[in-house]
This record gives sequence, structure tokens and C-alpha cells, in this order.
Amino acid sequence: MDKLHLDKHISRQFNQELEELRENVMSMGGMAEEMVGDAIRALVEGDSELAEQVIVADDRVNDMEKAIDERCTMILARRQPTASDLRLVLAIIKTVNDLERVGDEAEKIAKMAIRLSEADRPRQGYRELENMAGTVRSMLRDALDGFVRMVPEVAVMLTREDEKVDAEYEAILRQYYTYIVEEPRITRRVIDSIWVARSLERVGDHAKNIGEYIVYLVEGKDLRHASPEELEREIGESREE
Amino acid sequence: MMEQNRQGAPLASSGLPDKGNRKQLNLRHEEISMEVRDLNLYYGESQALKNISMDIASKRVTAFIGPSGCGKSTLLRCFNRMNDLIDICRITGEIRIDGNDIYHPSIDVPELRRKVGMVFQKPNPFPKSIYENIAYGLRLQGVKNRRTLDEVVEHSLKRAALWDEVKDRLNDNAFGLSGGQQQRLVIARAIAIEPEVILLDEPCSALDPISTAKVEELIIDLKETYTIVIVTHNMQQAARVSDFTAYMYLGELIEYDDTAKLFTNPARKATEDYITGRYG
Repeated sequence: MDKLHLDKHISRQFNQELEELRENVMSMGGMAEEMVGDAIRALVEGDSELAEQVIVADDRVNDMEKAIDERCTMILARRQPTASDLRLVLAIIKTVNDLERVGDEAEKIAKMAIRLSEADRPRQGYRELENMAGTVRSMLRDALDGFVRMVPEVAVMLTREDEKVDAEYEAILRQYYTYIVEEPRITRRVIDSIWVARSLERVGDHAKNIGEYIVYLVEGKDLRHASPEELEREIGESREE
Repeated sequence: MMEQNRQGAPLASSGLPDKGNRKQLNLRHEEISMEVRDLNLYYGESQALKNISMDIASKRVTAFIGPSGCGKSTLLRCFNRMNDLIDICRITGEIRIDGNDIYHPSIDVPELRRKVGMVFQKPNPFPKSIYENIAYGLRLQGVKNRRTLDEVVEHSLKRAALWDEVKDRLNDNAFGLSGGQQQRLVIARAIAIEPEVILLDEPCSALDPISTAKVEELIIDLKETYTIVIVTHNMQQAARVSDFTAYMYLGELIEYDDTAKLFTNPARKATEDYITGRYG
């Protein structure tokens, strides 16, 4: 399971530090993912109380980012990691940055949910946003799962999914535009909904970024900004034993 | 500091090289100073170096790393035939410096050692004055002119970043210097006879961090003029000062690559295990 043999250091203390670090990233990621889910639920159900909880949770995610960064700094200072250990620490520093942003996006959605709870509910509900949220949440889960199991191929899938999410976002924008044209009275509500869609689209970007860090972590290749095809070509040249 | 600016940096062999020649680092953008071909070295019955082939780039720093007993110091000592001093040592294969096989019978060994200077783990100044330590090699070569000697002493001490610390006490005994100063003095002594190559065998292992930093600065300075090969147990040091790093294990050259590549993404698991402190 552990491709990088994180538990094989001569220093057992170091094994433990890295393992704890990885666990912390996972629990931070789990929390950010849950926040996105709760924020959307708050929007759909008009539940301002739940939205408030999301806003509070964002502080915890921020604190977790700081705590993990601190641990990474200590490891860099004390252990001077190299090769895969170095890449793990760097990948974690970058990943928690993206996760923290996911938390921020969830918080923004929650704030919109509070505002929209006071407005008229759209006839068709927020089906399109719910769908999009479902997609980006599963992207986040896949990214975190790929991180734990160190599967770089996840990056290819995430990049493809992100393209779909971008297309979905464009479609939602077009749909909302027609709403405004048809019924200018609801412009404000529609614009708030656009902000939600935009936040969800960003969450997709962050999940995709995490996929790219996994590639760097496992293969040592920086494939940020690569197309899915390029990623597919580059991934999986395995190291000789 | 791992990525040093240099023009025409050699490409770290991208991907995995073929099994047959995977030990060949691509140095085609570099001038080659020394070539090692199929080098085997035996101490009596036991083989200390196994089939080593590698090129050493000119005016670059090449580091040898590996656990104790891996053969890195033995290999280093082959470059100026220090192993000749050991009776039971037998060598096959070739080392060429500027195209000349240094194990050819016609080679003048003292001349080779003038061209390929060496600095050891423990500073070993002569029990003489600072001045005489530097002038010694030149005197051996028959240089008597006081002004020439003065010039060389000053220049060498300046190159070794020691001049300002000792210029007012050149006639004091060299043993009065600190360990770090002595090591730089020994490097100045090596420079004085204008070698092409400087071999450093764990030059900082007996020094404190400040002296170590000074010697490392010096190494980076000196590569403008000299080809430098350094053996070190301190991997961070190899990462800091070298352009290329060779990882050796049990007498074999396991991996030889651009230092930046080797320390961030080594091609072989054995290298990774060593530099990250894992048991294989």
C-alpha cells in the first residue's frame, strides 16, 4: 500500500512524524469536503443555522493548515528530508494550501446560503448546483484517496473531471443568464447563485491541483498545467528496484 | 543553493537509462577532465571497486557519497595513485586524465600528484610556518626567487580565503591555527603548485559548522579554476556544493547524476533508501 515506504526510516521517530502528518492532511481534507457538502445542503434547504456552522468550521480548517505547515517546517529544519521524503513534505504544504482554499469556498457558499434563505426559492430549486457540488465533492474524495494510496493516475481522472466541471459551470452561467433576461426581478438572487457556482468550480480546480501534487510526490515530475493526455503519457514510468 | 547557475548544464539523463549504460551520466555539454573505464580494484583477495566507469566534468564539483566501506575514498585515491602506497592493492582498467592513462608505466607519479592535489579529512599542515607550508611545494620544484614565493603565498592564501586571517603572522607555526584555518591552509598549499584537479577526502568532517561553511564557500569558488572531486559523509554538503553526485555501494557505482536530480528524484531505489535514511 505504501509506495514510498514511509515506515522504513532508520529513525522511527521520523516514520511517526510523517505518518501523523499524513493523517492530519487527511482529516483536514475530510473536513473541507464535508464543509462543501454542508454549505450546499444549507443552501438547498434554506438552513441558515447549518450555514453558520460551516462558517465556524472554516476557522478550524485555517488552524489545521497552520498546524500542518508548522509541522512541515519542523521536519524541514530538523530532518532535511531528501527525495521522496522531501517531495512528501512539499506536496503536503501545497495540498493544505488548496484544502484551506476549499474551506474558504465553502464558507463563501455558506454566506450566500444565508442571504438566499431570505429570498424567494426558485421554482426548480438549486438542482444544478447540487449536481455540481456532488461532482466536485467526489473529486475531492478521489484526490484525498489518491493521496493516501499514492496513486498518480488519479490526476488524469481529476483533470478530465475538472474539464467537465468547467463545462457545467459555463452551462449554468448560460442558464442563469436566460433567467435574468426572462425575469429581471430575480437578478440579485441569480447573481448570488452564480457566486455559488463559481465557488464550486474553484473547488474542482483545487481537487485537480491536489492530483498534480500526487504525481509530483510519487513520480517526482512537475506536471502542473498539463493536459490529461500529457499526464497519461508521463505517468507510470516506474522506477527500477 | 542546490541549483547552481551554470551555462550549458548537462541534462540529467531523462527517464531511466538503459540497463547496460544506466551508470553513464550525460555530460555531453561538459568538458571532461577525467575518464574512468572498467576500473576494478582489489585489496588482496577482496574486491573494493567493481567495474567503475564514469566521466568527471572539468571545473565542476563532483561528489561521491555512500556508506562506509562503499569504495568512495578508494576511488578518490585512484585519481592520484595514492593506492600505489598499499602493497596488496591491484588495479585493472583505466583512468585517463586529459586523455593520458595515469596507470601507464611511463607516467611520472610525482608529476601526476602535482597535477592532482589532495586534501584529507584531518588537516595535515607541515610543522613549519604558515609561509613555509605554502612555499614548500615551490621550493621542491626549485623556485628560489623570494618575490615569486611571496606572490604565490599571498595569492594562494587569498584563493583559500585565509589571507586576511593570517597575513600578519605568516611566520607563526601553522599548528597555531584553528582546525578550519589549518584545513584552508592545506587547500592553499594544494593550490600553490597549480594543480588541475583537487581531491577532497571528507575535508569538513573534523570541522565545526562555521569552518565547514567557509570551506564549502571555498570549494564553490575554486571550481572556477579547478576540477574538484569530494568524498563526503554529509549528504547535505554534497547537495550544497556539488554539481554532480555519484552514489556508491559495496564497490559499485549505483547512480551518477545531476546533484539536483539525485537529491530530489533519484532513479534507483537503493539511492533513495540511502539518501532518505531508510533501510533497504
